[in-house]
Amino acid sequence: MSNTQAHSHKALIWKVFGILTIITLVEVVLGIYKPASLHLSKVLGTSPLNWIFLILTLVKAYYIAWFFMHLHDEKKWFRRAIVWTLLLYILYLTFYVLTEGGAIGETFTGAYKALTQFH
Amino acid sequence: MEVTIPNKTTGTTWNGGGDRPFNSSYGKMMMWFFLISDALTFAGFLGAYGFMRFKFLNVWPIADEVFTHVPFTHQSMPMIYVAFMTFVLIFSSVTMVFAVDAGKHMKQNKVALYMLLTILGGIIFLGSQAWEWKNFIQGDKGAVVLNSGDVIQFVNKEGEQVALTSFAGENHSNRIQHTKTNGIWNKEEATLPKVNLDQVIEGFKANPDITIRTQQINQATKTKVILSRTEAEKVLQKAKQVVYGANLKVNEYGLTLFGDLFFFITGFHGFHVFSGILINIIILFNVLVGTYEKRGHYEMVEKSGLYWHFVDLVWIFVFTFFYLF
Repeated sequence: MSNTQAHSHKALIWKVFGILTIITLVEVVLGIYKPASLHLSKVLGTSPLNWIFLILTLVKAYYIAWFFMHLHDEKKWFRRAIVWTLLLYILYLTFYVLTEGGAIGETFTGAYKALTQFH
Repeated sequence: MEVTIPNKTTGTTWNGGGDRPFNSSYGKMMMWFFLISDALTFAGFLGAYGFMRFKFLNVWPIADEVFTHVPFTHQSMPMIYVAFMTFVLIFSSVTMVFAVDAGKHMKQNKVALYMLLTILGGIIFLGSQAWEWKNFIQGDKGAVVLNSGDVIQFVNKEGEQVALTSFAGENHSNRIQHTKTNGIWNKEEATLPKVNLDQVIEGFKANPDITIRTQQINQATKTKVILSRTEAEKVLQKAKQVVYGANLKVNEYGLTLFGDLFFFITGFHGFHVFSGILINIIILFNVLVGTYEKRGHYEMVEKSGLYWHFVDLVWIFVFTFFYLF
């Protein structure tokens, strides 16, 4: 185990739990009230509210991986082997899959409109 | 760059040759590599969800209209219950990390206590998920499927969804459920819905205030399109069946795919929670009999902890994509 038998991490753990709780609360409140200005406008393909949710989720993921899974205690290149691999493949997958899904959806909608005009 | 290449060979490979590349033990490293592949599996599933959602952006069910149940009340309160589930899982992660922490200080009793709390948290989460599934499967207000496969719901003047039972006409049908002992021997059919299609149509005609909400979404307001009464009467002529709840073939709340992906992804995650609980129980047992005390370290607690935190991590994403987006 990488860390020496030093002090207990209890204070740090509670702090991380506090951060995760606050972020989740913010998400839940935003999710219930869905402010129209954030919910109904569109930035970079989706609503600003969705971008806020995504960023907050990634922040939570960072805190869980770094402090609960002790990635900050691991060697730098071990950490990078894990995080960079996941980031690379997931960004790659997401980009193509969402682009393709959107394109098929638009084709569907167009075809549906064309069909219904004859009825 | 740090030197990470093993520089001696001891002949055995099972324990990593006694070398510690990246200063990490063999078991812990392999747990991390397993978690990477598992994370990519979940990324694939959630990617499929994203694909389908972008494909059917204009008809995708609104999660706030689907997951509205909270125990001990019949009010519609979206987000509350799933927020509770998320807190339970995050808190069980906290107790897990306390167990790891206590293990590093060789405090056997504390490790056992925190492991027990973690297992309890997992069981509460799993039970909550079962309840969520039950509500989703049983359904709520009921809907009607058209010949085209589109699902229509019924709303009052204010645009609020109403239950089929609240306006359906009297039941003149003497149709009874086909059971194993009644009808063709040893064959049975699913439970008959609370109301049948004729009742719905009759009730619709008798209540001029009720109209139809389609599954089409108006992107400007992000609400479902509500038809006028004359349009609604035309649409209702193409009605096929009454539907309550969701399964893999039909879904009261709209697109069947929504239900399929929900069952598949939360089911796969729930199975991870279930196996995580089993692993934690085994580790707790080992802690109690003193296996790790004899071994001189509690690294197994740390490894099962990694798995448990990972399950929490995945839930954070499932929560975002299924309930918040």
